[in-house]
Amino acid sequence: MEDLWTVAVAVFQLWMFVVVFFITLPAMFGLSLGVTSVYIQILVKLLEWATIRIQRGRQEQPSVPAPLPNGIIERAEGSMEEEMEQLRRSRSLEGGEFALSDALYFCKKGLESIVDDQVTQRFSSEELASWNLLTRTNQNFRYISLRLTIFWGIGVFVRYCVLFPLRIALAIIGLSWLVIGTTLVGFLPENSVKYWLSEVVHLTCYRICARALSATIRYHNKENRPQKGGICVANHTTPIDVVILANDGCYAMVGQIHGGLMGVIQRSMVRSCPHVWFERSEMKDRHAVTSRLRAHVAAKTKLPILIFPEGTCINNTSVMMFKKGSFEIGGTIHPIAIKYDPRFGDAFWNSSKYNMVSYLLRTMTSWAVVVNVWYLPPMTIQDGEDAVQFANRVKSAVACRGGLLDLAWDGSLKRGKVKDAYKEEQQKMYSRVIVRQNGISATHTRRDDQS
Amino acid sequence: MGSSSSSRNKIPNAQELMDQTGFSSAHLLRLYDRFESLDRDNRGYLSPDDFEALGGLAMNPIGGRIIDAFFSSGIPWTFPPLSGFWLISVQLTETVTKKEHSKSSPTAGPGSSNLYDLDRDGKISREELLQVLRAMLGLQVTEEQLQSIAERAIQEADLDKDDAISFDEFKKSLEKVDIDTKMSIGFLK
Repeated sequence: MEDLWTVAVAVFQLWMFVVVFFITLPAMFGLSLGVTSVYIQILVKLLEWATIRIQRGRQEQPSVPAPLPNGIIERAEGSMEEEMEQLRRSRSLEGGEFALSDALYFCKKGLESIVDDQVTQRFSSEELASWNLLTRTNQNFRYISLRLTIFWGIGVFVRYCVLFPLRIALAIIGLSWLVIGTTLVGFLPENSVKYWLSEVVHLTCYRICARALSATIRYHNKENRPQKGGICVANHTTPIDVVILANDGCYAMVGQIHGGLMGVIQRSMVRSCPHVWFERSEMKDRHAVTSRLRAHVAAKTKLPILIFPEGTCINNTSVMMFKKGSFEIGGTIHPIAIKYDPRFGDAFWNSSKYNMVSYLLRTMTSWAVVVNVWYLPPMTIQDGEDAVQFANRVKSAVACRGGLLDLAWDGSLKRGKVKDAYKEEQQKMYSRVIVRQNGISATHTRRDDQS
Repeated sequence: MGSSSSSRNKIPNAQELMDQTGFSSAHLLRLYDRFESLDRDNRGYLSPDDFEALGGLAMNPIGGRIIDAFFSSGIPWTFPPLSGFWLISVQLTETVTKKEHSKSSPTAGPGSSNLYDLDRDGKISREELLQVLRAMLGLQVTEEQLQSIAERAIQEADLDKDDAISFDEFKKSLEKVDIDTKMSIGFLK
């Protein structure tokens, strides 16, 4: 019995030694031993093999269904005008008048959106084009071959028994170092040493946390990195976005103060570095929020603010409406595009389905997190542009760079109702169809054949 | 790897539904996922407020009518009738879809004249036409313009001059429109 105990202790010590010296320390200095990149390369090869195998299997067994990442129905590509023309074609009217068949166009559009609509699709995880050997993404992938199943089994073992404890240990080390380090730095007087130390503490913690997710982050266009006194906006997929971005620079975070563990972390962070945390009551008051942010930006020596203007997590296939609040503060906007590689794990946080803890556990048991981050050139509001137009301009730039779909919908549709403005848009379009050729006016009726 | 067959098990009477509707099991699974995501409170059937949350319907000028037509047919929209409905193209006649349901009610899906004929008296009166036009055009046209559009539409379609469009007259005015192709919703394979 005693021997078993001593053996267990020895193993644990060895393991901790590996964790600390081979992972934590290099992480703190921003170095990498290259283990993760080898791992990723192996994974890529494995997944490519799996894809080919599945495709071959699908050809052999035609009953195996194919995935449809873009929705399940065919949509006619025409505009409202074109489709109504087609419906009316037989009627040989001069174009631009009402026909009873017009309602059918709206009916069809309505039915289509019941079956599948662009917006609701964005709030559930992206469907992959090919299975990535994770059980949780297994939709409609059936048994194909023994070898595939064996690899899947090995994958389960590796992910849950080898990687997961490692990642948990790293996460605990990282977070506790964050809390302790920032509290210690908080005791120093306000001088440049304090700022430098605070940066070091933040960077090392986020690097350790990134290791805890086996994150491989590629930063593009580093020359556009945000400067002090600017505002960074990025598309939002998951709370991990913060870790991803903070690995390469220090930001002042903006957000609501939570209770519990998050609250402890937030409170200690703000001791060393001026983050902007709001009480829940303050969040409702938009003016208070804006003025505080403005004050922060105006002091050009403070760290750039990080804001996610979508307001909620979207599933990383598209970018939804950027709320104009962030764009009214003034100052330079530094847009950032973040794109996760879905083959290695689903990074999207579906807050209605999973709470934070189960989301983190799922992420830590995926293969890895592979991310591309693009820094876009800074943008400022131009003359004659209002905040909404500016927000849309930034949104298009982010969507274009990240290879995401640019949607005009509001992310808060996840929780609330649609604004009437959209319906008015449709009505406007329809009225243009009918009234097109200066056709309808009050005097233009067919009274002549009634006389 | 066998989890797809176990997820099919969550759909009640899956095999029966597949036979009835002709959907493949993959399609059925997708539609079931869609049903579950629409049915927010997990009641097992759909109700009007589930539809009101859909962006596409909310911005559709006659979205409210489509919802009404759905729920006034008296069918409780659990998954089996919904999958049957999705199979059909919006047909001109008020009679039924390709597959019968046990209830065999005359409107197993919203017929297109129901979009206009609110009081179900089989005729589209001038009032009803005006209401639909108002819904589709909103505040973009004046009252007078609306009246004249309605006036002309009735004059053209109303063959027996009773100042209302009966169901047959409605059918006639649409007879050259290729309803089956234009109105069907094609599912991707």
